[in-house]
Amino acid sequence: MKRKLFVRALLDKVWPAVMLLCLLGAGFVLSSILIAITSRGLRSLSWEMISTPPQRAFYLGGAGGILNAIAGSLCLALGATTIASLVAIPVVLYMHTYGKGKRQTLLIRLALDVMWGMPSIVYGAFVFTFIMAVGLRASLLAGMLTLVLVSLPILTRTFDEVALMVPTDLSESTLALGTTRTELAGMLLRQTVPGLLAGIFLAFARSIGDGASVLFTAGYTDSMPSSLLRPVASLPLAIFFQLSTPFPEVQARAHTAALVLTAIILLFGMLAYVVHAHLGRYIIR
Amino acid sequence: MIMNTLSILDLNVWYGNLQALKAITADIPPNKITAIIGPSGCGKSTLLKSLNRLLELVPDTRIAGQIKLNDFDIYSSAASVTEVRTHIGLLPQKPFPLPMSIYDNVAYPIRIHALLPRKGIPDKVEETLLAVGLWDEVKDRLRAPAFGLSVGQQQRLCLARALAVEPQVLLCDESTSALDPMSARTIEDLLIALKEEYTIVTVTHNLGQAERLADHVLFLWLGELLEQGPAVRVFQSPEHPLMAAYLAREFG
Repeated sequence: MKRKLFVRALLDKVWPAVMLLCLLGAGFVLSSILIAITSRGLRSLSWEMISTPPQRAFYLGGAGGILNAIAGSLCLALGATTIASLVAIPVVLYMHTYGKGKRQTLLIRLALDVMWGMPSIVYGAFVFTFIMAVGLRASLLAGMLTLVLVSLPILTRTFDEVALMVPTDLSESTLALGTTRTELAGMLLRQTVPGLLAGIFLAFARSIGDGASVLFTAGYTDSMPSSLLRPVASLPLAIFFQLSTPFPEVQARAHTAALVLTAIILLFGMLAYVVHAHLGRYIIR
Repeated sequence: MIMNTLSILDLNVWYGNLQALKAITADIPPNKITAIIGPSGCGKSTLLKSLNRLLELVPDTRIAGQIKLNDFDIYSSAASVTEVRTHIGLLPQKPFPLPMSIYDNVAYPIRIHALLPRKGIPDKVEETLLAVGLWDEVKDRLRAPAFGLSVGQQQRLCLARALAVEPQVLLCDESTSALDPMSARTIEDLLIALKEEYTIVTVTHNLGQAERLADHVLFLWLGELLEQGPAVRVFQSPEHPLMAAYLAREFG
């Protein structure tokens, strides 16, 4: 009896130590990445780098910057997240109204979970085959559509989980005040906005950071995005192309591109956090 | 004084094939507390929720019959469900504040119904919170989340929210069952004070509470209304043997 208590007390001390160790490990990896990107990226970070597209001989160390990739990535990711949200909302509404508890809904969930795990290069190859078949070329539109496929399961499943957590008492309490259905929707939105934002941010971060899906579908160009039907540059591919050159100064620029990409994700993450902290204060848990 | 009478005429409710309420006909007297009592599953909550048309939110429900608020049938095609719920307020079983600040919980219904010009809202919120005895406890943190209040305070806030709409009838669905005895007694005292202005219908599992509060009693048994009448008469000399057995706490 005594001995068992001793083992339990020991385990109670060992577990927190294991957890702390894991936390430190994760923290070490994350900070190493951040330090490496920042220290290397800062070397060639300049106003010119983020405010101009590549000039002549940029990939041999010439003048210019990566504005083409920054603008291209923002267009791709913001466009894809917006389109995917517009598709996800009716799907989630269906799952929670007409399809509630039905077989189709379970199948939709299963399909989305499989889609979530699918490597993005597969989506890229799929859309590439598709655009070839209809006679189109790599373009902003095709890249966006590929990223829609990547972010759709993320958005739909997070919205779905948020909707699952809405207490039924909330609808009843709101309707009992004599609200219309539109006002009820507004109230449900108040309760769910923080969760929805988290989903949107997750999808945005995944889309802007994904290189494989835009490799064949969006292409690459040194010019600024100008049309939905023309190729666009993107930050992940800017990193890839510059890192594969033999010139150290060009390789350093790849780290600048990585730094910019990380900064954009961080910025949007902070924005989501601020909105969450502001609106999430009132939600009923 | 405005007299607000509810009358139920031949009300039948089905959940799918199951008939939950059978030919209920009853009058609910104005400015009194009417208690709906009966064992679990007898249809108390079903009857209460049919009174402000919240029942139709339950899937597969069929409702037939009439419920008249001052001679206006709330189930007629001319009735708007939004308006019905404005006139007939509800205090839920479990306090459920809206995901807003304490202030906005009371101001929200005033705003959506545009009951007052904007400038008048703060005074009305204060007046309503005073009426439920919450003002002194929350006046320094009106912008704080309503969820941070204690359960008893939350229920008084829900009462304030229901009263802010200025309903004619107030429905209470076992509104004290989730509360501690002190908070429950506070709500009971408030209801007694409020019957001056409102017609109150309450569902309760607690016979002691029914005896303390009720002026009028409806006794339901498996979806049938077995007995109704003034509380004093029903409690002292029940006519139906099942009512007598229930009062003797022979079943719950």
